[in-house]
Amino acid sequence: MTMRSGPGIERHTLAVLVDNEAGVLARVIGLFSGRGYNIESLTVAEVDHAAHTSRITIVTSGTPEVIEQIEAQLKRVVPVHRVTNWTTGAPGIEREMALVKVAGTGDKRVEAMRISEIFRAHIVDTTHTSFVFEITGAPEKLDNFIDLMRPLGLVDVSRTGVAAISRGPEAM
Amino acid sequence: MDRDESMIAVAQEPESTIALPGAEIVIRALKDQGVQHIFGYPGGAVLPIYDALFANEDLQHVLVRHEQGALHAAEGYARSTGRPGVVLVTSGPGATNAVTGLTDALMDSIPLVVLTGQVATHLIGNDAFQECDTVGITRPCTKHNWLVKDVNDLARVIHEAFQIATTGRPGPVVVDIPKDVQFKRGTYVPPNAVRHRTYKPKVEPDLSAVVKAVEMMAAAKRPVFYTGGGIINSGPEASRLLRELVRITGFPITSTLMGLGAYPASDPQWLGLVGMHGTYEANLAMHDCDLMICLGARFDDRVTGRIDAFSPHSKKIHLDIDASQINKNVRIDLPIVADAARTLKEMLLFWKTRKRKSDVAALADWWRAIEGWREKKSLSYRASTSVIKPQYAIDRLYEATRGREVYVTTEVGQHQMWAAQRFKFEAPNHWMTSGGLGTMGYGLPAAVGVQVAHPEALVIDIAGEASVQMTMQEMSTAVQYDLPIKIFILNNQYMGMVRQWQQLLHGGRYSHSYSQALPDFVKLADAFGCVGLRADKPEELDAKIAEMIGVRRPVLFDVRVDPTENCYPMIHSGAPHNEMVLSDADESEMSDEGKMLV
Repeated sequence: MTMRSGPGIERHTLAVLVDNEAGVLARVIGLFSGRGYNIESLTVAEVDHAAHTSRITIVTSGTPEVIEQIEAQLKRVVPVHRVTNWTTGAPGIEREMALVKVAGTGDKRVEAMRISEIFRAHIVDTTHTSFVFEITGAPEKLDNFIDLMRPLGLVDVSRTGVAAISRGPEAM
Repeated sequence: MDRDESMIAVAQEPESTIALPGAEIVIRALKDQGVQHIFGYPGGAVLPIYDALFANEDLQHVLVRHEQGALHAAEGYARSTGRPGVVLVTSGPGATNAVTGLTDALMDSIPLVVLTGQVATHLIGNDAFQECDTVGITRPCTKHNWLVKDVNDLARVIHEAFQIATTGRPGPVVVDIPKDVQFKRGTYVPPNAVRHRTYKPKVEPDLSAVVKAVEMMAAAKRPVFYTGGGIINSGPEASRLLRELVRITGFPITSTLMGLGAYPASDPQWLGLVGMHGTYEANLAMHDCDLMICLGARFDDRVTGRIDAFSPHSKKIHLDIDASQINKNVRIDLPIVADAARTLKEMLLFWKTRKRKSDVAALADWWRAIEGWREKKSLSYRASTSVIKPQYAIDRLYEATRGREVYVTTEVGQHQMWAAQRFKFEAPNHWMTSGGLGTMGYGLPAAVGVQVAHPEALVIDIAGEASVQMTMQEMSTAVQYDLPIKIFILNNQYMGMVRQWQQLLHGGRYSHSYSQALPDFVKLADAFGCVGLRADKPEELDAKIAEMIGVRRPVLFDVRVDPTENCYPMIHSGAPHNEMVLSDADESEMSDEGKMLV
């Protein structure tokens, strides 16, 4: 999961609706590793228990030609119902959650708490020497928050990866 | 459930939902799918299925000598009939030995249904004897695969497997069946009761795109048809329609390795093979055309050469049943995602009903240019009266078999390219070769599969002495089933294509490409119980070829050819189409960038 950047490289968020059958996630991930595509984040969970469908949200990067190939290759995977690109298609909403552990005392601790309020992060665990913040938002907001915590005693980060959905009344 | 209870259950169930042991479900499903032949090899984890086969007279099982042979035989069977090839192998090594054949079939879009035994469900993940993660190993080399843990899913999965293997872009599938599932009783469902939830390949073309294609064709001044294996896979109707479209438009046509036979090679509009070892006229036509009509081919690197110099002045129409092939290597101006036959039918219909005509004057100029390229006679070679030139051997084989129902398979290397260049195929499904994966050892077992499907036909494996040793053991299969395959070995004692590249790119350092010890193929033939022949001199060849064809037994024919002949014409890796090398005399130093490519 490395960030790729360079001329013509774009970041795209793809939603993939799949049959929730054994090995389906391996098929999708294997496609990315086997063909040399990039995964920046990946989120997967069942979304319809009765219909046995899961939704995989993948943040990937590549040239427009590579992104087109990724979409076409995903559609070829047998248990895939639908693939939607939230970057080139209808505008979507992206959210991610992170748990961020910061250890420290004195001014640094106060500063960490002050910044967490600006970011509307919640404190979900505290000791005399640490906080665990829960923060939700666009991935860039999480990046910024984590960067600010770094000099204040950042010790651990756990991120969910991106969940995305379209605006308006339509399904994907 | 004890025996009596199960009998009652059977009696009460309607015929279509009868409870059977898993092994019987497999046999029943194969029969309902119209399967007549299975290529396989038994082992511990498939014994219940082999037990069910024992009493069966409808399914003919062909016992191979190595599982890889089963896969290639099934590929030859599938490619020569248009029906799926069916394979049955055991768990562990049975499954891992199948991997090369699966990858080969995936690359060349060959429909195979491969059933693998697996250890019992309670042992999975336990490092049990002959256990391997078959679905994990075969996931990237199949179109789809399944591990069946519930006997009640077995019939449905097998029917889905046939549907997925044979429709859309065909390919290999694996159904992994644990041993306990083969014993347990479950419900059988017939093929028509199964419909897949997500798999719906697109076969009908977008008609507005077809109309646009026809208008582009009518306006073209330097058009070329570039066709591939997709025409063959679409079925004989696609080949028939292609011939009509080529005739009615008057356009030149070239083909990939996989597409040979879709258009008759004896026709004047045929330019021959395209690509790395394609003809001068085919490659120059591809380079200079203003409209490329790609039908069922995939712009493979062996066809395109240097991609940024590939056909720089043309608009490109690309018909493919697999949407992921569009824009993969080359930017396409007009994509059509559909089945070839259905699209060709619509193209012809629009061309006729709209009364479209080719640009006759422009086409005449275009053909004049092509005739100029043809005069280069790029397939010519220096004849010899003292040694057998491999090209001469193939020419004599072709002449001796002309007009007969002949199926040709090949191994991989120089002999394969010479066969593709020189053997003139007139009909689809008569040419079986490993194109995408380039699997040495493909041709002999593929010939076994072709001969099983066409017992009366003449089936010839044009082979190299290096490749053929990789699957030589399948001669024993040919002898067991009385399959009179002809193994025509162009024996130059080298891995010829490796030697050629070492000569041209690695300063003549022939690192490990010479076989210092070769078997005596005539004695080997004798040991297998088939016929052995040898020719050392050109004047012996015709009589020996006649003998090979005349004898109704498997033949190993050791044709001793010039050891250092190179395969030309050639476009070096990283070079564009208009920089073809026609002979050794044309060779120049190659760029380092080119050397890095394969």
